[in-house]
Amino acid sequence: MTIGKVSPESIRQTKAVMEEIQRITTRPWNIMEICGGQTHSIMEYGLDQLLPSEITLIHGPGCPVCVTSLELVEHALQIAAQPDVIFTSFGDMLRVPGSSSDLNSARAKGADVRVVYSPMDAVKMAQSNPDKQVIFFAIGFETTVPAIAASLLHADRQGLENFSILPANVLVPPAMHAILQSPDNRVNAFLAAGHVCAIMGYWQYEPIAKSYQTPIVVTGFDPLDLAIGILMSVRQLEEGRYEVENAYPRYVTREGNKTAQGMINQVFEPVDRQWRGIGTISLSGLGLKETYKHFDAGNRFNIKLAQLQESPLCIAGSVLRGISKPTDCPAFATLCTPTNPLGAPMVSAEGACSAYYRYHKVK
Amino acid sequence: MDSDFPVMEGPICPIPLSQHDQIVIGHGAGGVLTHDLIRNVFQKYLGNVILNQGNDAALLQLQQQIPEDQKLVVSTDAHIVSPLFFAGGDIGKLSICGTVNDVSMLGAVPKFLTATFILEEGLPISDLERILASMAQAADEAQVKIIAADTKVTEKGKSDGIFISTTGIGWVNHRYHISGQSAKPGDVVLLSGPIGNHGIAVAEARGNLGFRSQIQSDIAPLNGMIAALLEAVPNVHVMRDPTRGGLATTLVEIACQSKVTIRLREESIPIDRAVRSACDMLGLDPLYMANEGKLIAIVPAENADLALETLRKHQYGKRAVQIGVVKSESDGLLLLKTPLGTTRHLDMLAGEMLPRIC
Amino acid sequence: MCLGIPGKVIEIYKIDGTLMSKVDFDGVTQEVCIATTPDAQLGDYVLVHAGFALNLLSDQEASETLKILKDLEKFNQDHYGDQEKE
Repeated sequence: MTIGKVSPESIRQTKAVMEEIQRITTRPWNIMEICGGQTHSIMEYGLDQLLPSEITLIHGPGCPVCVTSLELVEHALQIAAQPDVIFTSFGDMLRVPGSSSDLNSARAKGADVRVVYSPMDAVKMAQSNPDKQVIFFAIGFETTVPAIAASLLHADRQGLENFSILPANVLVPPAMHAILQSPDNRVNAFLAAGHVCAIMGYWQYEPIAKSYQTPIVVTGFDPLDLAIGILMSVRQLEEGRYEVENAYPRYVTREGNKTAQGMINQVFEPVDRQWRGIGTISLSGLGLKETYKHFDAGNRFNIKLAQLQESPLCIAGSVLRGISKPTDCPAFATLCTPTNPLGAPMVSAEGACSAYYRYHKVK
Repeated sequence: MDSDFPVMEGPICPIPLSQHDQIVIGHGAGGVLTHDLIRNVFQKYLGNVILNQGNDAALLQLQQQIPEDQKLVVSTDAHIVSPLFFAGGDIGKLSICGTVNDVSMLGAVPKFLTATFILEEGLPISDLERILASMAQAADEAQVKIIAADTKVTEKGKSDGIFISTTGIGWVNHRYHISGQSAKPGDVVLLSGPIGNHGIAVAEARGNLGFRSQIQSDIAPLNGMIAALLEAVPNVHVMRDPTRGGLATTLVEIACQSKVTIRLREESIPIDRAVRSACDMLGLDPLYMANEGKLIAIVPAENADLALETLRKHQYGKRAVQIGVVKSESDGLLLLKTPLGTTRHLDMLAGEMLPRIC
Repeated sequence: MCLGIPGKVIEIYKIDGTLMSKVDFDGVTQEVCIATTPDAQLGDYVLVHAGFALNLLSDQEASETLKILKDLEKFNQDHYGDQEKE
């Protein structure tokens, strides 16, 4: 019988892998995952409880909810408030605080904000609501970009004039660079996001592993996948190697999904992007290519942004880079809670702060 | 039937049309249309001796009805669900079973219900009839009578088709001390069956998440099963149904009320495969999905086997199982032991659970 | 990011020129766009995220991870014999 992502067999194997990690670890190591889904899985199964105390798992900026800039959230709010607009988004973004509001509150005030499961749903909405402008909030890492690109191409083929996207996608490799280049970097090895790599392959990480002498292991999401990914990272660290290895071969190849990559390159190009709490990372985001610029909601709607204010208490940036723990934050669990979040990492279930709040109360 | 003086909120056609396939504002005006609606639609499905008397209030002679060793129990609930119809149920069935179950959770036998209906202009009368038929069937199964009712009509756009409010009246034996504060260390936590079905059935019926399944809502009146349970195990400590907020939120509430730590075993919690698949797909957690036909019972350890046996004999408790224990006194904590043997803490649902990509 | 689950392709068709499919996830079916994995055939398993297929499930047997597990099995057998505890 399978319970969620585990079976009696995989439980046994996971424990065996964890025991092996215990056996071979001789020194403290910090391993970062940059994937909200992996953070969620680690928390859900309490995997950090099975690791030796020398291994610290750092939850990196892998949750697109947490890293979408304040500016873009405000953009979204302004567009949603326009007349004859249907603003669509993945559910993750609804409660992310802007300067003074969020999409959920905007909906309560009368804005037509709708949660969609797929960007294709937004295109369908545009088809069935010709008198409205339908905008899709394009957040997410490389995993989600092909879906957005394909949906946009589909809209283009239909000649839809009332569909647009607010580009907010981000890329993993530049984020890794930014983290590793930081003078107070603590990361010794990375678990690369398995589903990002299903699309992009892992060839991009080879120069990173080499120049920063940091092992990178492509890892999945089930407890066993994560355990194996961590084991392979620790083996590399203990042996002084720094390569890119693949612990998720059932969906990931070195080259990745070429068709999907082709769609991304057809529609998007790298642009500088601001990561909330971290700052601008060069060429870490995706913007629409000239041919598809008419799908950019940022151009269609004339948005004037006022002075943007982050909560002075929120130390999200430091947490997202693994320099601080959520518990180091003065507002953690007091002024900043899942019901009243001051910053994005407390909103998303995968945000480091929310995860800490919910799963670490046991200690 | 209670009816106010008609309020003139705008032009009302002076000639009442008796052939309507939709609710119109006139149906709420208290005049001929209202009476037509009551007689031909409401009473057709909900009619009984008390309701049909047509007075402003119901005369119950409760003093003769309530046995000496019993206490009166009252519960009230508002029901809003969109869409109105979904696999396994509808708002009508939900409104009856919801209140029947609330009354039963204290160990009381539900006897009478009142129901108020806010109808939206434009609601098809065939929908109303379907809902009332559903209520009649549920009331029949639960052996409760609807003794007072009222209906009003709002303009189009001011309500979601139909809102229903129900109040339940019953009585409970003095000897039962069933409440959220009564869980004790050493007690055992029982669950009557698989969770998440109702939440997913409603999400599917909304149609905007684009998935199809055979999943049905579990709406059911649990008073029969509860009566059997109490007959076999009179010293049940806590009973509650995990509705909004799901199993996790409900157990957190109980843990806080009783000031105890409850620990669940994840492997024991029954979840249908299709429900788990749907939750995985959408990023929803079955522990927080609403259930409308499930019972949590917390009983002393020595009564656990008999309690389970009793529940399993009933059609709504066939898959009853022990899911955890009450560990110790504390400020109120809910823990979950994962299949890997690790432990995590469960909190109340914060806000709305939304489909996510992350 | 990356909530992705595997499902089986049970129907393939086109909508307005875009390759679509019906995918079955253990009793739940969904419409999934397979323009991103045009080689998907009926009966294939695909990894699905946000209504799109990310990649096909590879049945590659000789993989690094299987090797790790096999090595661990052997290690445990050699050192702990038949001590199969909980």
